[in-house]
Amino acid sequence: MEKRNARQTREIVVPGDILDGTGMRPGENAYVLDGKVRASVMGVRNVFQNTVGVIPLRGGYMPTSGDTVFGVIVDIGPSNWLIDIGAPYPAPLHVSEVPWKVEFGDTSRFLTIGNVVLIKVLAVDESKKISVTMKDSGLRKIEGGRLVKISHTKVSRVIGKSGSMISMLKNMTDCRITVGQNGWIWVDGDDEAADVAVEAIKMIEELAQSSNLTDRIKEFIEKRIPQDEDEEYDDEGDE
Amino acid sequence: MSGHTDMVLVDENGLRIDGRTADQHRPFKVEAGVLNNADGSAYVEIGKNKVLAAVYGPRECHPRHLQDPTKAIVQCKYNMQSFSVSDRKRPGPDRRSIEISKIISEALEKVVLTELYPRASIDVYIEILQANAGTRCAGLTAASVALADAGIPMRDIVPALACGKADGHVLLDLNKEEDNYGQADVPIAIIPSTDEIVLLQMDGNMTREEFDHGIKMAVAGCHELHELQKDALKRRYSKKAEEGSE
Amino acid sequence: MTEIMSEIKRDHMLKLIAEGKRLDGRTPTDVRKIQVITDVIESADGSARVKMGKTEVIAGVKIIPGTPFPDTPNIGVLTTGAELIPMAHPTFESGPPGEDAIELARVVDRGIRESGMVDVEALCITPGEEVWMCFVDIYALDYDGNLFDAANLAAVCALKNATIPGEQYGKGENKPLPITCTPISITEVKIGNTLIVDPNFDEEQISTARLTVTTDDVGNFRAMQKGGRGSITLDELSLCLDRAVEKGAEIRKIIG
Repeated sequence: MEKRNARQTREIVVPGDILDGTGMRPGENAYVLDGKVRASVMGVRNVFQNTVGVIPLRGGYMPTSGDTVFGVIVDIGPSNWLIDIGAPYPAPLHVSEVPWKVEFGDTSRFLTIGNVVLIKVLAVDESKKISVTMKDSGLRKIEGGRLVKISHTKVSRVIGKSGSMISMLKNMTDCRITVGQNGWIWVDGDDEAADVAVEAIKMIEELAQSSNLTDRIKEFIEKRIPQDEDEEYDDEGDE
Repeated sequence: MSGHTDMVLVDENGLRIDGRTADQHRPFKVEAGVLNNADGSAYVEIGKNKVLAAVYGPRECHPRHLQDPTKAIVQCKYNMQSFSVSDRKRPGPDRRSIEISKIISEALEKVVLTELYPRASIDVYIEILQANAGTRCAGLTAASVALADAGIPMRDIVPALACGKADGHVLLDLNKEEDNYGQADVPIAIIPSTDEIVLLQMDGNMTREEFDHGIKMAVAGCHELHELQKDALKRRYSKKAEEGSE
Repeated sequence: MTEIMSEIKRDHMLKLIAEGKRLDGRTPTDVRKIQVITDVIESADGSARVKMGKTEVIAGVKIIPGTPFPDTPNIGVLTTGAELIPMAHPTFESGPPGEDAIELARVVDRGIRESGMVDVEALCITPGEEVWMCFVDIYALDYDGNLFDAANLAAVCALKNATIPGEQYGKGENKPLPITCTPISITEVKIGNTLIVDPNFDEEQISTARLTVTTDDVGNFRAMQKGGRGSITLDELSLCLDRAVEKGAEIRKIIG
């Protein structure tokens, strides 16, 4: 993932647009034609060191090794499950990559169609076959809560610089929030607070390009959930 | 193409029945991102043609036997809605629609970076809501915008326009009467950054000079159409950026 | 025509609906925002593009001279077709209309035919030989639930602004298609024990039964269709009928 240049223009480029003709090298989502670097997707022009590329505005999620993502079981075989992770290809999860001992043919006892799981992408080969695992710490079948799906291109906005946005969301709503690299986000908490968190996340996606996003989100949540000064001690125990 | 009429298609002042000169195209309109479910979509008008295009993908390739292990395939389906033409068309694909679907798929496969998505399919759907000669050009024009709207990597956005001949004059962007009663029809689509041709058909009777003249006008017209295609995408997504910064 | 919904979403929706709430904030009887544009296709004799929430449908009417059915020699012919084209939803496949598209077309047709909306007796050109044939073709463009009501509305609005193209065929002057009333359908689905009006795609996915009821301008019933593998009770039926009259009147007012 290329680092953003703080001074990037917000000018949108489309496929075929010339990004540079002065000899820079092509970065992500760019190619060279007749000595000029051109965009191959619609997005924002991005300069990184001596390369120029495009940060896409649209487009589906393509997994890379190491990504932690949420998925939904869409099919079951005798020794694997097929998981939809919002990519062009479903990801097979093999019985050897789950923390349980699963007998051949017994797969549906552990995970059934519709179950939501948190998994990690192990590798993507040249023919884009995706291998995933549920064996790392934190990876598991997910129960309860809500699953919000936003564009994977907006995940970094939901996380924020050094995690500032997601920390703010968690603190202000008092919800558990886990962000998958595929743009699928799990929110768990008190009903009304979870509603607000989900709306806030959708707002971030909608207004991702705006400059004072953090303030707007903070304002939005404050209006819906009054924020206590002192949050460490909860006095409302006995209702 | 082989109809006969007493109608004068181009008068003594070189004006066509809709008031255009030989080298003028009909009014263009292009809008991007017009549908919700589709991964990408576009709406295009060229004169009285009204066309909607939608893209899904890259996604798993169905039918499976068409999967290519080295790249994605582009499957385009062009369809005319039954009320799009003056004599109602029976629903369902006819031989003409199947041929048009094929040549549009082939044109798009040349620009889409298909090697990035082996085994996948990029499905393009073109619906002609209203037809008035040049629907395959309007359809390909809309499909290209829909692909870019879907974020699918491609070399360039492809515009398409036709030239032809009627009443002995070489004309740009034939309307229905000129297509029905004229002497030649040449739809063409190009890659604007290189002027490579990705779609070309011709029927009728033209000399080499007439053809060269027509192609020159069509390529110029394609470049103008290309500006609108780019603008439609930028307008659609810049608007969001502006609203966000208020 | 199914997509796998996550268990989390399903559970959350079921819980909300049992409390009479919907994910998009509507009440059980709220219909989504309706937008209608008529006369959008010049090549059609009548046309309309309708949006109900995010569901979008286009309908066009073509009126052509043809031969009447032998048993009704002086009466015009009305035919309704629908296609669930693949651009409307990732799960729609290309090909000839399947059972969903056919059911949709037949239910819309029933409402129009049984209400006598189109005065088919006034469509005779030459008795016993030639009558006007009215083709209504409906295409789903964007599917977010409740194609029945969106399609019905599009067909009805297209017919309401249709013109018999006498001049095109040398059969007299152009004149408006004679219309007598405005049939409106209201569709509900059952989720758990709750009935909700104008379901979106997700709500349809978790529903067990569906009921479409078409009423005319005076509140009489002209067509009904129950769908889905679940069942409805007599009380639920009664509730749907009441709502169909009430909501039908509301929508009739919106389209004018």
